[in-house]
Amino acid sequence: MSSTAVFGAEPDVAGNVSYVGPAPKRIVVAYGFWIFLLSDIVMFSALFATYAVLAHADAGGPDGAQLFHQSRVAIETGCLLLSSYTCGLMWMAVGARNAGATYLAAAVTFLLGAAFLALEASEFAGMVMIGATPERSAFLSAFFTLVGCHGVHVTFGLLWLAVMMAQVATKGFRPMVERRLLCFSLFWHALDIIWVGLFTVVYLMGAR
Amino acid sequence: MNLLGELSWSAIPFDQPIPLGASVAMILAVLLVLGWITREGYWPYLWREWITSVDHKRIGVMYCVLALVMLLRGFSDAILMRSQQAFAAGGSQGYLPPEHYDQIFSAHGTIMIFFMAMTIMIGLMNFALPLQLGVRDVAFPTLNSVSLWLTASGVLLTNISLVIGEFAKTGWMNYPPLSELQYSPGVGVDYYLWALQISGIGTLMTGINFVTTILKMRAPGMSYMRMPVFCWTALATNLLIVAAFPVLTATFAMLLLDRYLGFHFFTVDAGGNMMMYVNLFWVWGHPEVYILVLPAFGIFSEVIATFSGKPLFGYRSMVAATMAICILSFLVWLHHFFTMGAGADVNGFFGIMSMIIAVPTGVKIFNWLFTMYGGRVRFHVPILWSIGFMITFALGGMTGVLLAMPPADFVLHNSLFLIAHFHNVIIGAVVFGAMAGYNYWFPKAFGFRLEERWGAAAFWCWFVGFYLSFMPLYVVGMMGMTRRMQHYDNLSWRPWLIVAGIGSLVILAGIISQIVQLVVSIRNREALRDVTGDPWNGRTLEWSTPSPPPPWNFAVLPQVTGIDAFWIAKQTHAREAARPQRAAPAQPPDYEPIEVPNNSATGFVTAFFAVVTGFALIWHIWWMVIVGVIGAVATMLVFAWREQEEVEIPAEEVARIDREYHTELAA
Amino acid sequence: MTLQSHDRAPGDDTTPAQTREETLSEFLVYTIGLVLAVILTAVSFWAANTALLWPPGVALGLAVLAIAQMGVHLVFFLHITTGPDNTNNVLALAFGILIVMLVMVGSLVIMASLNANMMPPGDLMHLQTQH
Repeated sequence: MSSTAVFGAEPDVAGNVSYVGPAPKRIVVAYGFWIFLLSDIVMFSALFATYAVLAHADAGGPDGAQLFHQSRVAIETGCLLLSSYTCGLMWMAVGARNAGATYLAAAVTFLLGAAFLALEASEFAGMVMIGATPERSAFLSAFFTLVGCHGVHVTFGLLWLAVMMAQVATKGFRPMVERRLLCFSLFWHALDIIWVGLFTVVYLMGAR
Repeated sequence: MNLLGELSWSAIPFDQPIPLGASVAMILAVLLVLGWITREGYWPYLWREWITSVDHKRIGVMYCVLALVMLLRGFSDAILMRSQQAFAAGGSQGYLPPEHYDQIFSAHGTIMIFFMAMTIMIGLMNFALPLQLGVRDVAFPTLNSVSLWLTASGVLLTNISLVIGEFAKTGWMNYPPLSELQYSPGVGVDYYLWALQISGIGTLMTGINFVTTILKMRAPGMSYMRMPVFCWTALATNLLIVAAFPVLTATFAMLLLDRYLGFHFFTVDAGGNMMMYVNLFWVWGHPEVYILVLPAFGIFSEVIATFSGKPLFGYRSMVAATMAICILSFLVWLHHFFTMGAGADVNGFFGIMSMIIAVPTGVKIFNWLFTMYGGRVRFHVPILWSIGFMITFALGGMTGVLLAMPPADFVLHNSLFLIAHFHNVIIGAVVFGAMAGYNYWFPKAFGFRLEERWGAAAFWCWFVGFYLSFMPLYVVGMMGMTRRMQHYDNLSWRPWLIVAGIGSLVILAGIISQIVQLVVSIRNREALRDVTGDPWNGRTLEWSTPSPPPPWNFAVLPQVTGIDAFWIAKQTHAREAARPQRAAPAQPPDYEPIEVPNNSATGFVTAFFAVVTGFALIWHIWWMVIVGVIGAVATMLVFAWREQEEVEIPAEEVARIDREYHTELAA
Repeated sequence: MTLQSHDRAPGDDTTPAQTREETLSEFLVYTIGLVLAVILTAVSFWAANTALLWPPGVALGLAVLAIAQMGVHLVFFLHITTGPDNTNNVLALAFGILIVMLVMVGSLVIMASLNANMMPPGDLMHLQTQH
């Protein structure tokens, strides 16, 4: 038996090898993270569906029209959208290996994200103070969970961003760090996509 | 504040002899194993070669070991149930009180589905997939280890519930309002929820890992239509995992919020809607059964083709059928709750879709039959399981189509007819498939075959035992018996349940035969040694490696030009050997250094903190929750900062091991 | 064996070694995306609050605007295109969208049908008092 490990040296009918082999690590890692993001979006869709089903189950308590303030939501949306933009700029700086610009863009992204969270926290606190707690009704349970889950993801994203800046500072722009930054930017953009759905369905449609 | 939350000595079942006895037996067994390992000094080896391994072959074996141990635990629950139902008729109350019986059937379902069936299928996919794809490992080896150990965390928490506290009494589906705090104030439901949330994360990670591996990492030349069918079914399975498990996570999270923070998703009051739980649960639940069965279909495709000595009939239709099942499995979930009260139009739609999904499955069965037809079937143990599967699963599938009709289901829902149906398909396909895969790939994993006579005995005991156990349940379901009964008054059911009880003892004989088979095979391993790496005259790439393969699987990645790549290679070599005048001198392959991922304790340590966190959440020990979460985060950060990701194996080392293998082959 | 004929990673833009023009055009892509997204957001807020539009149509309009904005994010920020190097990314996205639609639409249809057939909650609570 020959010691070669080549199975059939003949190429296929068209004369070429149809698949060239395992993809480079950057593609593999980003694609895997993409699949994870899609699974996360499916999880949000279950929460969305629950919210939609329970949207009118306010048990005689406050409903969306009474509770939601569109001006605050508009500012939150602006913050998150801008932070997505600055995240894109950060990714450009990473590509250019410009550490200073990377830190600056990351800092702005972080501050905008933190502003979003602060506004959301104040919204939740305001609702709790007037008795519109998640324990009050199914509608409020669904609202706090759906919007809160997004907020938890944003919080996690900010922590991750901080860790990534520490990694850039200690390890520089090596491939492993770059792959993780690519995953972070995927995550951050996806959060803004989810927010588009959220503010449309919960705040804009829910206030009518 | 109580330092140990709700935990107290009363959590241990000192006053209940049967759980106490079971706990003591379990603890003794665990201590015996740990003690033996310590006495033999195996801990450094185990830590280095298995616990911290990120090699998909090792991880696959560990998954299978976990599954087989959980089979014993889940099956002992089954024996308890069968014996109780054989005795507890009319005046007799049996020996298991209702509160205990409820935990037994809940644990049986939970363990068998999540910790036996899922685990063994994931284990077999872990082992075989990269080898069949012709690559060195999965896309994310360390994540793979994390998945394994998080699954083990779920197993550990579930088993701890036997000793400390109790398990859920709500059935394995855990419907509210029974599972809400108001009606299940104990820790049982919390054990269920946290064990499954933790292991669910592991499973989701596996899904992501395998989808990425199959789509982005295959040997050169292996286009999609040249992949083995097992890889196609693995792709469909893992796409379903990625799509379905997040729904379960969300659903359980909402129930946890109801229980822990007083939310009102599924409560009886304040606008809660418990039907939404049932809906969302089965959005996950139906794809779940296809997650279980599709890898089994893939295993049967490989086994039947190999042992018939023929290529699989209808490769393209197999692929189409697999992907059709993948999509259709998301369009049938309401058939699990026809009786909950949806209108006839909604019920009718899902009933028709449930019947349609039988069609691609039927296509597969015909393809397997046509593969065997005209072939020379070699009756080794894996093909016995395959033939048993085709008969049993076809029967179970037919009762499924029967249940798919809402009018029929209105009579039979939650009767023992339903129980018989789903055991028919799950045992017939998933368990038989797991046993076929276990016997088929065992020599590749360990270098020696399993003994065939005990293997055949095990098959026949399982086969006969299955029919004895479950055919009476169809009858008794038609006679009106509902599921989950600890006691019944209708004495005409009793003879059937006694037969079913005897059937479970025959299955027990089958399981014992498998244990004996393993022991005998290990003792006779030299006589059963697999020297060539190809004990079955296989068709796919895993059989081109030594048994067991080196950590990097292939010294040189194979170039693939068609389906059944290894079979093509063997034919090519046979042709060339028959033409001596054209024999060119064998070219030594171009060995290069290979990078092998480093071992990592990340998986094991993360899982340790997951168990700590889960246990603390169950018993409301809040400071311990914080400790567990911080520990898990710290573990992730340590992993993020590790300097060395891979170890380089020099080309000479690769060459040496490869040459050794080929010298043995030539000898 | 890793060749250029591979797919592009999702979210990835161009190869590392960029020219100045490429950098500038990348900056333009992000900026145009931002501007489009801001416009779509503003229109959404206006549509939800104005009295000028036919009310039942507003919900549909909001949905369309939201989907359009998600598309803007995908194309301009995540660089998802229809090129052959992006096929796997698009297919995965399509699969995800299919599942999301099935879960949401399916749940809403089913729950509506179930709720319509259920006893009113008031009657359920008073069942014991009814003879």
